[in-house]
Amino acid sequence: MNLKSKVMNSIVEIRNLSKAYNQGEIQVTALDDIHLSIDSSDFLTLMGPSGSGKSTLLHIIAGIDRQTSGICKVQNIDLSNLNESALADWRNQNVGFIFQSFNLIPVLTAFENVELPLLLTRLGRKERKALVAAALELVGLEDRSHHLPKQLSGGQEQRVAIARALVTDPALVVADEPTGNLDSQSAQQVLEILQSLSNDAGKTVIMVTHDPKAAAFGKRIIQLEKGRFEKEEPLVS
Amino acid sequence: MTTASFILRNALRNKRRATLSALSVAVSLFLFITLQVTLRELTIPPEDVGASLRIAVRNKVSLAQPLPFRQLQQIEKINGVEAITPFTYFGGLYRNESFTTFAQFAVDPVRFTNVFLEAKIADDHLEAWLKNRGSCLVGVDTIKRYNLEIGEKMLLSGTFYPVNLDMEIVGIYEGTFDDRNVFFHHKYLDEMTDDPGTVGTWWVRAGSAEVAPNVVHTINETFANTSAEVRAESERAFQMGFVSMWGNIQMLIDSICSAIVFTLLLVTVSTMSMAIRERFRELAILKAIGYRRHELLAFILAESLLLSLLGAVIGVGGAAWLFSTIDIQQLSSGMFVFFEVTNKMLGTAFLISLVLGVVAGIAPGWSVCRMSVVDGLKTLD
Repeated sequence: MNLKSKVMNSIVEIRNLSKAYNQGEIQVTALDDIHLSIDSSDFLTLMGPSGSGKSTLLHIIAGIDRQTSGICKVQNIDLSNLNESALADWRNQNVGFIFQSFNLIPVLTAFENVELPLLLTRLGRKERKALVAAALELVGLEDRSHHLPKQLSGGQEQRVAIARALVTDPALVVADEPTGNLDSQSAQQVLEILQSLSNDAGKTVIMVTHDPKAAAFGKRIIQLEKGRFEKEEPLVS
Repeated sequence: MTTASFILRNALRNKRRATLSALSVAVSLFLFITLQVTLRELTIPPEDVGASLRIAVRNKVSLAQPLPFRQLQQIEKINGVEAITPFTYFGGLYRNESFTTFAQFAVDPVRFTNVFLEAKIADDHLEAWLKNRGSCLVGVDTIKRYNLEIGEKMLLSGTFYPVNLDMEIVGIYEGTFDDRNVFFHHKYLDEMTDDPGTVGTWWVRAGSAEVAPNVVHTINETFANTSAEVRAESERAFQMGFVSMWGNIQMLIDSICSAIVFTLLLVTVSTMSMAIRERFRELAILKAIGYRRHELLAFILAESLLLSLLGAVIGVGGAAWLFSTIDIQQLSSGMFVFFEVTNKMLGTAFLISLVLGVVAGIAPGWSVCRMSVVDGLKTLD
């Protein structure tokens, strides 16, 4: 693949990105002059010790945090140029979120939790129903659609969260320690789903994890240390 | 799922808290309505059909000072006066009661029926009353309350007058705004007190509402600079004079109502703030998946309004239903005849709940609007 086609395929372009915030009177540098390019269908794993800046980088790419300086373009859109409202719309259409604590709404069923992002679209009830059913089928939970989160296991909850992340068919899926609260079997299932999203569905997946076994599911790993890239390991050529 | 059902689920997610919140609004607004109705009944007596034509004439010095009987002929001659009756408050105690539960007035029976035209009296009852000087006419409410019957004795122990009255109930009246009173022959009171020359007040009926002010003025003029100067006023003004004896009750009740609303506001704001603070992470997730600030603010305001209006429906509706159902006369030992919840009160109470819902939702809603997704997510861990 030549350089031109690589730029064309790139979904995330980061140049000279820095992020600093104040902790009391001390200024903390979370990210320091980061350069990064992520291709479509990539499965990138961000690793590093606590406070290394991996979650901050993930949040900036996902459009829920803003950098102090530098450029972060996703799908060729400079996110710093979008106002709060436009950024919210962009997130709804382009990013799927998966969190460590699942973060499902406890009063809604699995079906309704997955449907939640679709309420912001102009889709009708039937169309929403079809999309939610397809998303739940993808994660193997079509028979649990009317269960409340408290009636599901941790692994099932996380799979519902994945379905919620996928239901709007986003190009980018970000996962912040998605297996942190799961047993090994459930973690394996979740990681296999994320892997298939990248390999089979063409989604770009960015995952933050502390677990080297989980990181091994990705196509490349970036190690962060004190806000800078320590090393990059391509796992799949 | 619809946005409305999502709001409803969230509002009712903690059923105990939602119930208690709605009940706190309900109880407070019930109390608010009760106080407002009480205030209304105390300060704005209901008007009789003939009230606009009736004029009360009392001694200018004080209501307790009697008027000379000779004024009758002079008042009768005044242009515009259609009828006049002596009207003297007896204030007796009935059946060993410790306070007066219904008023008793000595009147001229013939003249009385010409002044209080709205009083409905059966012909045989009226005839019996007119014939028998020792008889009395009793309001239908008192008849029902004490389970009285025609022919029974009405024994009253005097409190203002040092005499006791022993009368026979011969008639029942109804159709006036206060059907609790007892009317008896003034001549009987004169005999018992050995005072044929004085009356408590005169009640006059003017020929029309247009001439009534002029009649009031003329009566006052007629007795100016005499030994018994009078104060003539419309029936309504006379009743309001009694109300003023309560002191500034309006300010007192309004102050209590303000305190209720303010306390309710603090409780509701606190409850809503706690409820939203517990859900910061969920709201941060909603923001992350694309919900905008104004949409989240709308959700929170809708939840707050829902609970507040639910409380209003229970409290205000409950008050309206209860006060239209119960026998307020019996419950208040005859203090109140009516206890009506007006549309204005209903509107005010619902307006309060509306403002309450908005104010209670604004503070936590504003916090959510200002919260960044990242800060909201940090509340998870």
